Formats: sequence, structure tokens, C-alpha cells
Amino acid sequence: MTNKTLYDKLWDSHVVRYDENDTALLYIDRQLVHEVTSPQAFEGLRIAGRKPWRVEANLATPDHNVPTTSRPNGIADISDPIARIQVETLDANCEAFGLTEFTMNDIRQGIVHVVGPEQGATLPGMTVVCGDSHTSTHGAMGALAFGIGTSEVEHALATQCLIQKKSKSMLISVDGKTDPGVTAKDIVLAIIGEIGTAGGTGYAIEFGGQAIRDLSIEGRLTVCNMAIEAGARAGFVAVDEKTIDYVKGRPYAPEGETLELAIVNWQTLYSDAGAEFDKVVNIDASEIKPQVTWGTSPEMVVSVDTQVPDPDRVDDPVKAEGMRRALDYMGLEAGTPVNEIDVDKVFIGSCTNSRIEDMREAAKVAKGRRVADNIKLALVVPGSGLVKQQAEAEGLDKIFIDAGFEWREPGCSMCLAMNADRLEPGERCASTSNRNFEGRQGQGGRTHLVSPAMAAAAAIAGHFVDVRDF
Amino acid sequence: MFFFVLLGVLRVLYGYLIMKKFETFTGIVCPLDRSNVDTDAIIPKQFLKSIKRSGFGPNLFDEWRYLDHGEPGMDNGKRPLNEDFVLNDPRYQGASILLGRKNFGCGSSREHAPWALEDYGFRVIIAPSFADIFFNNCFKNGMLPIVIQEEIIDNLFAAAGGEKPLEIAVDLEAQQLKVAEDGVIPFEVDAFRKHCLLNGLDDIGLTLQHVDAIKTYEARRRQEAPWLFNQ
Repeated sequence: MTNKTLYDKLWDSHVVRYDENDTALLYIDRQLVHEVTSPQAFEGLRIAGRKPWRVEANLATPDHNVPTTSRPNGIADISDPIARIQVETLDANCEAFGLTEFTMNDIRQGIVHVVGPEQGATLPGMTVVCGDSHTSTHGAMGALAFGIGTSEVEHALATQCLIQKKSKSMLISVDGKTDPGVTAKDIVLAIIGEIGTAGGTGYAIEFGGQAIRDLSIEGRLTVCNMAIEAGARAGFVAVDEKTIDYVKGRPYAPEGETLELAIVNWQTLYSDAGAEFDKVVNIDASEIKPQVTWGTSPEMVVSVDTQVPDPDRVDDPVKAEGMRRALDYMGLEAGTPVNEIDVDKVFIGSCTNSRIEDMREAAKVAKGRRVADNIKLALVVPGSGLVKQQAEAEGLDKIFIDAGFEWREPGCSMCLAMNADRLEPGERCASTSNRNFEGRQGQGGRTHLVSPAMAAAAAIAGHFVDVRDF
Repeated sequence: MFFFVLLGVLRVLYGYLIMKKFETFTGIVCPLDRSNVDTDAIIPKQFLKSIKRSGFGPNLFDEWRYLDHGEPGMDNGKRPLNEDFVLNDPRYQGASILLGRKNFGCGSSREHAPWALEDYGFRVIIAPSFADIFFNNCFKNGMLPIVIQEEIIDNLFAAAGGEKPLEIAVDLEAQQLKVAEDGVIPFEVDAFRKHCLLNGLDDIGLTLQHVDAIKTYEARRRQEAPWLFNQ
């Protein structure tokens, strides 16, 4: 028997059939649904007179458009009428087609990529899809999870399958231990800085090495979340005891004898010794420092203790031109020390960094301190109602509020600014989200991606600082 | 009764022939000289609130194309145009082929991006590389993304930037781009996707031809991995 990678194992166990061109019909165990990319898929089903193939394989929740301010009246509290229609449409479609939905004021509502693992709805060994590129997040559970477009949302609803070609395999091994103060976010930003935003295009990435194994499940979710920012649709981590302990006891997780049977299977979800990857990248964990992006692509990233890079020192003219355009958009001069860059707003949240551990990391920095006077707004947006509840039970909300942060209701919020939380033109933000594209957090807004601890530290100092010295 | 039969027939036809067939055509090339063009730039988030599949064309590249801030429901005909943006250049009016740089379509999985490009009138996008999800989404909407090596892309940019617009004939059957003076550029395309585009086939209809295989797979998995079927 040949040695298999984790990707081989996940892939092979889900192939329904191959056609003559090696295109597979791949079975999908779980689909997560949200309001933005699903209405046209349900409409497609309706027009063609189709029904969901296995309705219980789907789980829906609104997240992109929901307000994060107080919303006791649910949908009625969405002030934007077009956004309100979209959330109402999700409710109506879930009702009509019989999907389980955690509606706006259900305590279990939240960002789909926080809700799935939290509920045990995404399990090791599953194939997981969602009409959202950050679906790679769920790979942290030892699952094959990837983002799809709306046509494929409809396809998965109608057939429980997708037509797929197998990707190439890449192992990114983060070897050794990270320094204190260096988090999962810094690891993944450093990886993207190393391989570039297209480095993983065409690949499924397995994250391995001691620094990845040392991470909590929350940390692994952060790393896999940003696989797509390295160009890879799917990123995953082998199952270990931490994974199994995390899953046990969650509402959608198996119990009793079924759980025992599942664990035997889950314990096989790793790459066999000697399995071959199409590409291997080794990264030394001890060299990773807290990261800050300076430009308009996640690969435009440096360590906090360095300077904004100089395009004149880059040989490739297309790359240099891209850097100049980014510096111009970001309002930055080459050579500026990163820790001298002042920020206007701070956002702690998103499917990358809104889990309980992220809240704790940020609260640790904020505790007993005050947000600087030049900060116009410092937002903390937990990833789900249950994360919010847990954080409040630990008193974290009080720490944030006392320090001058705003403590909000769960949702995607200022990661993509579809709701009212956004940057104004020219405003600079320290953000724990995943994309620093032009206009992502609001037209003309300037985004710097950082870890939760670094974002909290920037809020306190009023500019970027090395959290290790804080 | 007849009405319901007709409705059923139409639904089946819709299922199999949801897309237009991709036929050989000649179009003007619009050069967009930026790498890493992301789907947030192609169609900004405020337009994703629509629950429809069409009507995104006027807001394609909204933040680069107009000088003001766009919101759904605005009369786009009255908005100030950014004359420096390539889509507003008189030479490229009516363009149906978009020429891009590397990693085109990166970022969000929003299918609104190909919907906006298609609604505007683009049917082919040529670039040295594409992001995976966007690349896949194009085919689902009858559009053809073509990967061409960087040196040829550089030449095409030079040709498209001249006084006279560059025209290219796209022949999917022969897998060739015919450029007036420079001859023929061959390209690769996945055989299954080519077949679907040429015949305007709907993926769901094709998959449903394998209902038995899906059911057999499911029955086996229910036995060997029952925890996947708990809920």
C-alpha cells in the first residue's frame, strides 16, 4: 500500500465516481449557508423545481449583513432596507426548503466559520463547503473544506456533490517553537509573506510542524482561515488529541458508540510517514516576529520591528509598480518604521480572529489600560453569540469597556463592511481580519492586518507597537 | 394539464441548457494593467446585497470606474466617471475580452464578480494566472478564462495599448486565439469544461445523471461512517 497524504485520504474517501478526464464527483458532508451567496442558489432550485438532496447536511446563519449594535428586535433592527431583504430572504428560503438556521437573535448565531466548529457541525474527515472563500478555516478540524461560488452552492444543495479536480499537495512545515507574543496570526502572515498570495494557487495546503501542533484548535482555525490568502482553496491540519478533545460534547458531534467508532477513524487522519507532496516549504518558527501588513495585499507584510519597504530596491518592475500604488493608497512613505504608524480605528473580530482565545489575548493587553486619545473607534466583535456569552462569563467585556473599547453583537462587521461598521476615506485601521485590499473595510480605508494582541496594543498606544515589549 | 406538462418540459430544458453555448467570436481587448485584481475590486461589497443574479454590470470595478462613492439604486449614468480608468477609455467601448495580469480574481469567492463581468459584456478573460475559485466560477457562467504565458501577455498589452483597438478571435473548439497580425496563440482548457461550454451544459443536470452512483456511495458511507449522517 502506498503512503498517503492527509489530502489523499480526505479526497479518496469522498469520490463518488471519476469521469474519463479524471474529473471527480466529490461527495459533500456539510454545507454552511449565509445570506449573501445563497439567494440566487435557492432561486435556481426553485426555477428548476429541485429540492435539497439531503437537507440536514446544511446549516445556515446570517452573518455578513447583520448589525453589531444592539438589535433586540432582530431583523427589524437592520436599518439598510436592501440588507434587511437579504436576511429576510435567507430566513424565508431556509423555512421553505427546510434547512436548519440559527436566525439573527439565536444565541448560536454568528460568523459561519466560527459557528461550524463551535457546534461540532464541522467534524474531522468531513468535506465542508460554503459560498465563502474563508471556508478553508474548517480544515483545522482535519477536514477538507473549501469556498465555492453560488452556482456550486446550488449544485451542492441539489446533488450533495460537486464536480472537482484534485489539487496538487503542499506541505508547509513550521518547524520549532515560536517566541512568546507570536501568535497563529503572525505565523500565517509570515507564511503568506514567504510564499506570496498566489503561492498556494492550485494546491491544497497541509500545515504541519511543531509550531502548528503546539497551536490550540482556535489557533489552527486562524491559520487555515488564511490559506485562501496564500491562494489555496483548502488548508488543513492533521487530527491529534487536541482535535478530538475539542469535538467531544459539542451539540452536533457524535456520542457514545458512534463517537468511539468515529475516533478510531479520526485517528487515521494524518499524512503517512514517507507520503509525497508536490511541494514542501519549511519555515523556522523561531524567526517569526509579530507581523503587520503595510500594503494592499496580505503578502505585503513585515515584522513590527522593521520599516515600510522601498520599491526602488525591487528589481521586478511590475512588482515595484504594485508596491508604489499600494504605498500611495496607504498614504505611507518607504522607510517609515512600522511602530511610528498612527492608527485611527481598531477592529478585533472576523472569521480569522473572533474566537474566545482571541478575545482573551486582546483582553490581556487591554486590561487596566486605556485606548489612546487619537483612536476614533476600537471595536471588539465576538464571532458568535456563544463566544460573546463565554467572554462575558469571564468578565472580558468589562475589561474592554473599561479600557474604552466598544463591545458588540456577533457578525462579520468591519472585516468587509457590508453593515454599518466601516472606515471612512483615508482612515487607518489596525485590524485582526484577513484582507487589506483597497476599499475592503470602506472606500478609501487603509487596513493593516495584525493579531488580536497587536491590535489591542495599537489601540492603547495609538500606533503600532511590538506587543512583546508591551 | 397541458400547461403543467409544458412547465415540466421547460424545467428539464432549463436544467440541461441553462447557459448559452460558447461560440467562436471576435472582440475588442480591454487591457487592465494590474496584478492581483481582487473580487472586492471587481464588484464592491455594497452591491452584494442584491438577491438577483443580473444587473451588476454598471457597477463593475465601481471604485476605480467612478469618482464618487457608489451605492445600490443610484443612477449610474449620472455619476462622474474616472476618465483615467481603462474601462472609460473610448478605445475600449464594447470590449468583450479583458486582458489582465497575474493572480486575477483573488480574494472573495463571490460569484457576483463573474456576474458583473458577464453583465458588462466580457466573455473571455486572458491573464498569466487566475485565483482558483474565480477561475471555476467563470466557467459556471459561460465565460472562458484563458491562461497565457507572461511574455505573450506583455506583447498583448503592448498591442492593446495602441491607437487602434486590438481585436482577437476566440476559437474554443480549436483552442486558439487569432490575433490579426501576430498570428495564432494556442491555449489549454480542461476537456470537461470545454465540453460544457461548447454545449451550454448545466453541471447540475449532468450530475443528476449519476443519481444511482450518489445513492450507492451514500449507502456505503452510512454503514462505515454513521457519524456523518447524525443530523
